[in-house]
Amino acid sequence: MKILFSFFTVVFLVLLVFAGATTGNKYVLFLFGVIIPYAAFATFLLGFIYRVVQWGRSPVPFRIPTTCGQQQSFPWIKQNKIENPSTTMGVIVRMALEVFLFRSLFRNLKTELRDGPKLSYGSDKWLWLAGLAFHWSFLIILIRHYRFFIGEVPSVIHLIESLDSFLQVGVPLVYITDAVILAAVTFLFLRRVYIPQVNYISLAADYFPLFLILGIAISGVLMRYFIKVHIVGVKELAMGLISLNFMAPAKNLQEIGVIFYIHLFLISVLFAYFPFSKLMHMGGVFLSPTRNLSNNSRMVRHINPWNYPVHVHTYEEYEEDFRDKMKAAGLPVEKE
Amino acid sequence: MYDSGKIIAGLLIFVALVTFPFYFNVGKVIAKPETKIDTPEIQKLPEHERKCVESKEFMRPGHMQLLNNWRDSVVRNGDRIYLNSTGKDFDISLQNTCMKCHSNKKNFCDKCHNYMGVKPYCWDCHIAPKENET
Repeated sequence: MKILFSFFTVVFLVLLVFAGATTGNKYVLFLFGVIIPYAAFATFLLGFIYRVVQWGRSPVPFRIPTTCGQQQSFPWIKQNKIENPSTTMGVIVRMALEVFLFRSLFRNLKTELRDGPKLSYGSDKWLWLAGLAFHWSFLIILIRHYRFFIGEVPSVIHLIESLDSFLQVGVPLVYITDAVILAAVTFLFLRRVYIPQVNYISLAADYFPLFLILGIAISGVLMRYFIKVHIVGVKELAMGLISLNFMAPAKNLQEIGVIFYIHLFLISVLFAYFPFSKLMHMGGVFLSPTRNLSNNSRMVRHINPWNYPVHVHTYEEYEEDFRDKMKAAGLPVEKE
Repeated sequence: MYDSGKIIAGLLIFVALVTFPFYFNVGKVIAKPETKIDTPEIQKLPEHERKCVESKEFMRPGHMQLLNNWRDSVVRNGDRIYLNSTGKDFDISLQNTCMKCHSNKKNFCDKCHNYMGVKPYCWDCHIAPKENET
């Protein structure tokens, strides 16, 4: 049900833009080619900032890093400086490993109840591997797309492109990342279907981004290798959009080809959906208190910022109030 | 906001990265590619014969695949004749067929390839035509 709902939402989006773009009406194409991309980008940018600022407003009074190594202790006990950092430098290394290599996912375990009954734990790196492959491919594909947004394509993008296509298969050259991202997204989807526990906790909000990204990747692959578009027109439109001078290329929107509008619209949906969804982990990973805090609770006193000034009646004041009665009852007092 | 220094710095980096194309091209003139098909060889042809091996609609997005098929046809099968969609046959040769008419590589091939940042490896093996005009 959740799968079908997400799937048909993406199908509906594709049909919507397909119906619109095949009309060839210049106002409809202007909507899908100019207005929606701008609106989606603005939603993405403002929504992203809003979400991060909202997170920033939540106090994190105490140190709550989830650690998995020996914390700093006596000098003769070796500290694990990365898994249990007590300094900012350690936190930076830990965060870098998390952001670039998904260190915590590498620790993923598989738990099985076997005959006996015996509970057994085993290493399970597939999620880590597919996640890493997916994210890195997506990043490389994103960087490759900058050739549409930069007048004179810089050599670093040529370098990435040539490394990505170094197998020199077919024409246009097949990009390795295109194949990798399709395989990885498919794996990440099948995982949610076939592993019962993961299937049970998966929501429509988990399937929708997967289908959306799969749709983007498939439409992109189709556009590059099979259903050709007027690619120079695409770059003219892209350059027009980023230089806020979109009226000139908007005249040639009919020439480009329907598949391009499907690709662009799905990307626009992804951008607009981003701040409202779990995709915000892109910003959230940097704001995770269980990862970005150093474990220095034993060295630094952290005071709760919203502590209310409670009036405390100390023992000294108590003794002041009742000294005579205490003496009369034979109770010991600190001050005579 | 707590830790506002770090969070705002992070947000500024984020905004600078995602709006990068908007400010990177400011002040740079990016000319639209205009290909020229007025070479002497094309001018020599009578008006009704000024046609490429296939239609413009086919060639514009599909020329690279046509050339790739041509290469395979010659190199792997030794077949040097191409029969086009209208039944006319052509000698399969980049240098002698394509570049005979399109002798202006700089104003034809390179225009769009440079604009799109495409570097085809045709000329790793083939010899590019000599052009007098610069």
